[in-house]
Amino acid sequence: MAARQMQGAEIVIKALVDQGVEHVFGYPGGAVLPIYDALFKQNRLRHILVRQEGGAAHMAEGYARSTGKVGVILVTSGPGATNTVTGLTDALMDSIPIVCLTGQVPTHLIGNDAFQEADTTGITRACTKHNYLVKNIDDLALVMHEAFHVARSGRPGPVVIDLPKDILQGQGPYHGPDEFVPKRYKPKLKGDQTKIAEAVDLVANAKRPLFYCGGGVINSGPRASRLLTEFVRETGYPITLTLMGLGVYPANDDQYLGLVGMHGAYESNLAMHGCDVMINIGARFDDRVTGRLSAFSPNSKKIHVDIDPSSLNKTVRVDVPIVGDCASVLSDMLKLWREKKAKPDAKALKSWWTQINKWRSRKGFTYHQGDKLIKPQYAIDRLYAATRGKDVYITTEVGQHQMWAAQLFKFDKPNHWMTSGGLGTMGYGLPAAIGVQVAHPKALVIDIAGEASFMMNLQEMSTAAQYRLPVKVFIINNQYMGMIRQWQELLHGSRYSECYMDSLPDFVKLAESFGAVGLRAERPDQLDGVIAEMIKSDKAVIADIRVDPAENCFPMIPSGAAHNEILLGPDDKAARPISEEGMVLV
Amino acid sequence: MADTIERHTIAVLVDNEAGVLARVIGLFSGRGYNIDSLTVAEIDPVNKVSRITVVTTGTPMIIEQIKAQLGRLVPVHKVHDLTDEGPHVERELALLKVKSKGDKRVESLRIADIYRARAIDSTGESFVFEISGSTEKIDAFIEILKPLGLVDVSRTGVVAIARGKGTL
Repeated sequence: MAARQMQGAEIVIKALVDQGVEHVFGYPGGAVLPIYDALFKQNRLRHILVRQEGGAAHMAEGYARSTGKVGVILVTSGPGATNTVTGLTDALMDSIPIVCLTGQVPTHLIGNDAFQEADTTGITRACTKHNYLVKNIDDLALVMHEAFHVARSGRPGPVVIDLPKDILQGQGPYHGPDEFVPKRYKPKLKGDQTKIAEAVDLVANAKRPLFYCGGGVINSGPRASRLLTEFVRETGYPITLTLMGLGVYPANDDQYLGLVGMHGAYESNLAMHGCDVMINIGARFDDRVTGRLSAFSPNSKKIHVDIDPSSLNKTVRVDVPIVGDCASVLSDMLKLWREKKAKPDAKALKSWWTQINKWRSRKGFTYHQGDKLIKPQYAIDRLYAATRGKDVYITTEVGQHQMWAAQLFKFDKPNHWMTSGGLGTMGYGLPAAIGVQVAHPKALVIDIAGEASFMMNLQEMSTAAQYRLPVKVFIINNQYMGMIRQWQELLHGSRYSECYMDSLPDFVKLAESFGAVGLRAERPDQLDGVIAEMIKSDKAVIADIRVDPAENCFPMIPSGAAHNEILLGPDDKAARPISEEGMVLV
Repeated sequence: MADTIERHTIAVLVDNEAGVLARVIGLFSGRGYNIDSLTVAEIDPVNKVSRITVVTTGTPMIIEQIKAQLGRLVPVHKVHDLTDEGPHVERELALLKVKSKGDKRVESLRIADIYRARAIDSTGESFVFEISGSTEKIDAFIEILKPLGLVDVSRTGVVAIARGKGTL
């Protein structure tokens, strides 16, 4: 049967629809006008018009992270494409499935420095999982399907398809997703059974075990979180989560120790340092988690489950590496665990928990709320209290507020926490929140923001207004780039170089100018009222929460230090001065 | 595991498509790995498959990373560490131009004969020699030709294949 002939732009739209895409975040331009024309003539896809292409990228990320689906971006050639680079890099670092369609000048003009030409595949090669330049319309439909396959399979990531204008305007054959057979890129999902048996043995014989889990569990789908929760509960072992993994295990559960890493819970980090068996499921031994590598969890046997073979033995050598999908491996492990009727050493476990509870009693997240200034931690605590029991999605920007949110906001489910982990992209939170709100129109979506990060993409308030998306921007406003100020205080003799922003806008008036609601809290007694009003509102809200500008984020493992050198608070002096080596690290 | 620096020869089968070499090279430069030599050519015109032979150095952990990173590129089908997988042969081809007169000219021809190099071009005051062999052999030949008027060197880099009947 001869394939149906269609215009290139229609092939693109049809492929998106056939891939189950419902929303596209984009911005038009000369090279993609044929796609915008095809969009105009259909009603299956909803296009969200952003204010800057960088916003589209983060919206697609938020959308993808909160749904498990592939987020789609549509931008024009040249500046349209280059503006997405930060978001693509962010998605690559945090393993977010994205398909980004970029326009390109017609094939005969490529290489001529034509108007709005950029070498998009060249520029994005290092910040995508894969990219394509479609030079033959016969390839277009199958490239579209392969791109979705690559974006969502294995370790998910961003894929760019560069589409020259003559390809979009030409006629070519359409092939459906059922005609696409993956000939390459077939990631291994099932773990090696011998290795899994070895892992279960280690788990069963552990005396001081610790689960250390991350975003890989989320990417594996909700089943992985369920299996993990079952497994952790059956073992009775403690669990800690990375920044990307929050929500894969209920945070209110007693076995949960809290966030791990540089600003993680005291008990989590000390347990990482002291454990004898570490069960890493879907985390990647990021430097923000390990601290000084040579002193990282020195006495543990390490099991590492990851779908990406290059994550294994990358920075930390492990004893039992298992390549596979988290859900598949967890299900195999659980089955074996049950078959063995494994009984962990109750006495050893009891004394391990006694030790952990001693660490816990130090209450590393403590802060002292007075009656004059709002402590940032208090603002987040009250926000959490006010939203408990609601279907709430949290996004963040990057900095102190992000860490406080990760420490104090408690997630019971995966896919409800969207943050820029690996890349640390300021300006992520607002567009990500918009993407989440598009996917979950009825849900309460809050961007816990810092004022400096918010300023980086605040133009997207206009997008929220256009589509009546009631996102809430909860600004922890300390008038500083707080994390920069904290590092300058700790590492550079309190020389606060360029971390203070004078002339910030009046956020209340700013909100009003976008047709949103502006609120402000300056004293602790105003906080609950502002939060209640924000939640109640059916419009977009900017809540300007003026907080103590001098507050620092603790606990903190200084760069180049080990987990047991963690600082609990401002009075806790580093065991030794931060080394030259440590200062070099970021 | 000792952190000794090892030299490995890795064979990579890839789809011969635009940008594939840039992906491989970009991976090495982006992650700070070494490329001692790299050769590439299409080996299967029907299925459009190319074979890349890359010689690299690093600690065992880095070599393992390089292979894993190569393996996750979409157009990469197979990654084989020939150094790890058993005996293999490595060959390099070089074209070398010598410009000299008199005794030196005669001497260069005599040395070429010892190294089983062939003169494939000659003028009254120059030769172009073709030589193939191991990297070490070619290095040695080049050293000897230097005082004899060596003026131009072109080398292919290493190609390699496993000994015995096994295939990739």
